[in-house]
Amino acid sequence: MPETTYTTDEMMTIAAARMVRNGASCFVGIGLPSAAANLARLTHAPDAVLIYESGTIGTKPTVLPLSIGDGELAETADAVVSLVEIFTYWLQGGRIDLGFLGAAQIDKFANINSTVVGDYLTPSVRLPGAGGAPAIAASCGEVLITLRHSKRAMVPKVDFITSGGHLDGGDSRARMRFPGKGPTAVITDLGILTPDAISKELTLTSVHPGVSIEKVVDATGWPLKVAAEVRTTAPPTETELKVLRELQERTARAHAAS
Amino acid sequence: MAQILDLKTAVAELVRDGDQVALEGFTHLIPFAAGHEIIRQKRRDLTLIRLTPDLIYDQLIGAGCASKLVFSWGGNPGVGSLHRLRDAVEHGWPRPLELDEHEHAGMAARYAAGASHLPFGILRGYLGTELPQHNPSVKFIECPFTGERLAAVPAIRPDVTIIHAQKADRRGNVQMWGVVGVQKEAVLAAKRSIVTVEEIVDDLNAPPNATVLPTWVIGAVCEVKRGAFPSYALGYYHRNNAFYKQWDAIARERASFEAWIDRHVLGTPDFAAFLRSLKPEEAHA
Repeated sequence: MPETTYTTDEMMTIAAARMVRNGASCFVGIGLPSAAANLARLTHAPDAVLIYESGTIGTKPTVLPLSIGDGELAETADAVVSLVEIFTYWLQGGRIDLGFLGAAQIDKFANINSTVVGDYLTPSVRLPGAGGAPAIAASCGEVLITLRHSKRAMVPKVDFITSGGHLDGGDSRARMRFPGKGPTAVITDLGILTPDAISKELTLTSVHPGVSIEKVVDATGWPLKVAAEVRTTAPPTETELKVLRELQERTARAHAAS
Repeated sequence: MAQILDLKTAVAELVRDGDQVALEGFTHLIPFAAGHEIIRQKRRDLTLIRLTPDLIYDQLIGAGCASKLVFSWGGNPGVGSLHRLRDAVEHGWPRPLELDEHEHAGMAARYAAGASHLPFGILRGYLGTELPQHNPSVKFIECPFTGERLAAVPAIRPDVTIIHAQKADRRGNVQMWGVVGVQKEAVLAAKRSIVTVEEIVDDLNAPPNATVLPTWVIGAVCEVKRGAFPSYALGYYHRNNAFYKQWDAIARERASFEAWIDRHVLGTPDFAAFLRSLKPEEAHA
């Protein structure tokens, strides 16, 4: 069998896609989560219900949206509802199994910062802000986070908690009576981190093929805990790669033409 | 009854310096034409309200129209930063911008409360986020029935709300479809309102349960073809993703932004002329 080559971004998207269960209702963020969720829908999870915060429920886009409310999402949805409705009946109503978020920065308890770097009132970098993410992080049954691994993106403590992960760790989420159980995995271009069962600190449990544990530890901004047994992520299958590349080619063509 | 007006007249009569103004439209049906007219008429000291500031508020902020922003996500969708918004927050250019920052669910609850003429909205929200530590307009209350801790946010009652919709009839009844965002709530919450539409028709032929705003809750209806460009109007034209990408370079520097606004907005009499001023490859949809 010829050796298949693939990029670290492709491995990240494919590893993230595999975590979407068939039939799950999935609230999808734009960018990396959107690529992964649609790859899941086009491969092993045809019955996953993809929901975007623009109010599009059960959407089946043939190309990835650039924005959260592209026409493609509305035209291929089972239902399109108002923003008030999507955030009340559907999200706060506890109907969503899985929230899928990207992040500019996360910390060791999987708290997400998308608000500011530096002080809130005098930031060195002003990021876009919360959007729907705090409600997604709080209310979905569980949350997946996907982002590229770097010391800048993976910090010991975020400057601003935009969306709560496991807060201060331990049972802090349960004490605040969050409806959902929070982040269950962080999928990066190097590996997969999962929260420790007790402390909730993110722990390296899987490295992608060809990536050493040391490389992941070096790319993390805190002393990363490493599981006793670290698995190696299964490499992309030919089908996964083919479907992902076709999706991205269709997307590039569509966006260049508009 | 809504008045059928041209956009220049509607903005002149209904948008005033110092107003709280909501131009809504979630990715879809963003009222760009009306935003440009506010820039042309040089309104100042506005409190701009909108979940997603998008390019339209980047333009209004960069043009010096705003002193405060009420919002929940301020980026260029799928592209990156809103550079004029960032410059105002990080460096106070062209003037400082006060922020009233929320999450989407909170803004939706604020508009729904405004439309209901209730003083505040409640939600199971702002959990775990540090936003309430920086924003005194987020409080927590206890449910009087179950004891559950819930977030409370004050109603939004804009002085004027402006939206774009697909069509209106000659009496000023307005119909929209697709991603409808919070536009209905934003209009019902407002003291005054302007709706720009793709076309004014004899009969909406709207099916039962269609999203229709009756003429008697609207101040003015203005026909502005392609008035949501570079966002989109479902059934009329697609989102111009290429323009959203180009905006990143236009807005990155103050000089390139000012040159663009001078040439394409201040230097054109109306939205049709604005569209003609763009290169053909920028304006097609």
